[in-house]
Amino acid sequence: MADLSLNLAGIKSPNPYWLASAPPTNSGYQVQRAFEAGWGGAVWKTLGEPILNVSSRFAAVGFNGKQVAGFNNIELITDRPLEVNLKEIYETKKRFPDHAIIASLMVEPTQEKWHEIVKRVEDVGVDGLELNFGCPHGMAERGMGAASGQVPELVEKQTMWAKEVAQTPVIVKLTPNITDITFTAEAAVNGGADAVSMINTINSLAGVDIDSWDTIPNVAGKGAHGGYCGPAVKPIALNMVAECARHPKINVPISGMGGVSSWREAVEFMLMGATGVQVCTAAMHHGFSIIDDMVEGLDNYLDEKGIDSVMDLVGKSVEKYSDWGNLDLNHQVVAQINNDVCINCNKCHIACEDTSHQCIDMLKDANGNDILKVREEDCVGCNLCSIVCPVDGAIDMVEYANGKPPMTWNERQAAIGAASSCDVNLIK
Amino acid sequence: MTQLKSKGISLENLKVNFEEVHDGLNAQEAMEESNRCLYCYDAPCIQACPTGIDIPKFIKKIASGNLKGSATTIMSSNPVGATCARVCPTEELCEGACVLNHSTEPILIGDLQRFATDWAIKNEQLLFKPGKKNGKKVAVVGGGPAGLSAARELARFGYDVTIFEAEAEAGGLDTYGIVSFRLPQDISRWEVDQVEKLDVEIRTNTRVGTDVSFEELTNNYDSIVLTIGMGNVPMLGIEGEDLDGVHDAIEFVKSTKSGPITDELLGKNVVVVGAGNTAIDAATCAARKGADDVKIVYRRTRNEMTAYEFEYDFAKQDDVEFNWLTQPIEIIGNESGKVTHLKCVKMALGEPDGDGRRRPSPVENSEFVMEVDAVIKAIGQSRYTDLIEGFGLDHEGGVVTVDPETLQTSNPKVFSAGDVIFAKGQGEAMVVTAAQQGKEAAMAIHKQLAPEPTNAYKSFNKEEHTWLT
Repeated sequence: MADLSLNLAGIKSPNPYWLASAPPTNSGYQVQRAFEAGWGGAVWKTLGEPILNVSSRFAAVGFNGKQVAGFNNIELITDRPLEVNLKEIYETKKRFPDHAIIASLMVEPTQEKWHEIVKRVEDVGVDGLELNFGCPHGMAERGMGAASGQVPELVEKQTMWAKEVAQTPVIVKLTPNITDITFTAEAAVNGGADAVSMINTINSLAGVDIDSWDTIPNVAGKGAHGGYCGPAVKPIALNMVAECARHPKINVPISGMGGVSSWREAVEFMLMGATGVQVCTAAMHHGFSIIDDMVEGLDNYLDEKGIDSVMDLVGKSVEKYSDWGNLDLNHQVVAQINNDVCINCNKCHIACEDTSHQCIDMLKDANGNDILKVREEDCVGCNLCSIVCPVDGAIDMVEYANGKPPMTWNERQAAIGAASSCDVNLIK
Repeated sequence: MTQLKSKGISLENLKVNFEEVHDGLNAQEAMEESNRCLYCYDAPCIQACPTGIDIPKFIKKIASGNLKGSATTIMSSNPVGATCARVCPTEELCEGACVLNHSTEPILIGDLQRFATDWAIKNEQLLFKPGKKNGKKVAVVGGGPAGLSAARELARFGYDVTIFEAEAEAGGLDTYGIVSFRLPQDISRWEVDQVEKLDVEIRTNTRVGTDVSFEELTNNYDSIVLTIGMGNVPMLGIEGEDLDGVHDAIEFVKSTKSGPITDELLGKNVVVVGAGNTAIDAATCAARKGADDVKIVYRRTRNEMTAYEFEYDFAKQDDVEFNWLTQPIEIIGNESGKVTHLKCVKMALGEPDGDGRRRPSPVENSEFVMEVDAVIKAIGQSRYTDLIEGFGLDHEGGVVTVDPETLQTSNPKVFSAGDVIFAKGQGEAMVVTAAQQGKEAAMAIHKQLAPEPTNAYKSFNKEEHTWLT
């Protein structure tokens, strides 16, 4: 059994799974149920001045008849008095001393407000703080959440204010609703953040009811943008984690989140530089018991790979992530179809024929059976056929030895540049 | 296909035994199943459908919630697509060809087809419009699936179509011959109605040769489609066939479709002679009318029976007993002319005969007698030879001779489709084949009569059997 315990900037938890600050961590009752179920930590639903919520708050986007490919919410931060939350945090921590409780915080962007709330929550024994600079709806209209998270100077300054009094590690939670998240991540680091977490939810409108023409969700016939999360956002979140992880000036741990639904995504995020992950939508979809497979699956994965500690996964794939200009232009893969596995749905053929490079032929073999064959010389190795193929193992993308030496775009441009400034004029 | 599951038989309320046994998919099931379809390109299910329904397309339309479009896709290729959704041997056709047979489970195509067509029926949709009238007239003799199919297509091409139907209602076997618990009459009625609403005149209770003469038709119409199907069960050729309690399976099933369900078989012993799908229908109808004991006697074995495997399974669920290698030789009655016993002889199989099946012959001294209250004959169907000869058409034993491509008969003005051109030894006649032949006959007539190729003509895609409308 591998060591699953996590240490993120000094915050320790028995496993790398924290519930993200969201409806599942709204109360002591819920967080204690989560810890009983096996969750390693919980980021308490954002504390601040209690707000008023609207009725009808969530919406989801399904795909091909499956629910919750993506999830959208217009719920705000906690609507319960701070004292009640603090009392429940205290009780929960006392009952589960080894589990991590992180207080998510959001206040108006003034030094006094930050000092006050940091002191009050640390008094009840939290293990860390997460500054919510990401909430994209409602609070942002009041200058908080994503509104401050989109301005690097505000991120830096508020982080600094929190750090001035904080005794526990400070995590800065970033919004994805920004052109380049590394700007705000770097600002957090400059403000003294001990870690960053990402991504908060993405501005979204889940849908429009095509019968009533109302937005989804709607409140008495009116809608407002919400925050999008769930499985559909994973690639966006993963990229942002990776971009921060490979950024030389963002040298603090990253708590990753956005579409983590099983141990598989957890492994992906950790390989891409996350020190542990936070989960919300999957728990909202299925309940806290999903943690069982998340822990066991991760444990079995680590055992199978011969890895002793989950912390050893962190960042292992980061060096493999680079800029497009560093990719080898001469590398080539081609599709190969295994006709003994193929079930002849011809999806690869039509995908290639209509939308790619017209190199998969529908043929008959010597016995008159239908077969599909790739004309390798015309295949650009785009992967589309293997993506649309419904059967595992029917299409392999295999390396095609073209004998050319590796050459990236950057190397090519550099070589051209060098050649044009050469004494012997090779170009002209 | 979804296995037909008998819900058991009620002896208190016989009527419920004749309600459709299979409930069909609910909206959620249809959504899940339709999303499972891979939407294959050049899909083998289309090739396997005799009418060439674009199955992935109609399934995709269910998934998107475009049920009217889905029903239109189905009915466009198959004018009796609602019936076929229920009665097609799908595991031998579309579902048997589904590529998912090679990886998981085939899509429930029949059930999805039923879901879409049921929606159209329930929502009283009219899916097609008649074509612009071209001034030509076609008579369709027989309003069964082949006739309806031909009439529907011809009406869409712009022909003035009249269907001559001997029965009180059109629909043929769909209306009268397929057991209610598989195919309620309302389904067939809707299909008839869809055709009628294309300005097709349906003259019911009109028997050609009696109520209207052959000459009248040949003189007054530019073309004739002969889709008269087959007749009643022929005589067994044994003593006692005229006794009270001896039934013709076709008539017997028809009585359960059109009349009230009667209880004269309640608690009785019934023997059905034959082991084709009609025999199964008669046996299950008898069981559902409350018969205490229903036996099928067949002179060959299970291997030679022509009933589909799922029909056989269904009959077993209704406690029908199969007596193989048993041939009736005499029906015995009492003094009041009522059936009391059936005398049979055991058979043994010898060498294969003309149609490749092993020939049965009687075993010496094996006669035995069983007590019966009713005997239902289901040994095939007779041919309407008189009618065929009335039109002066070439035929072989009542099977009209046609050009396999055009379905044109020996009279260039007469085309023929459906069971009337279905020769023995080709397995079981299917509704779906009749529907396709009806389309083909209509196309051939259109090619012959259209002064110049119309849009419909030009847009016929022979390979895919579809109209690019």
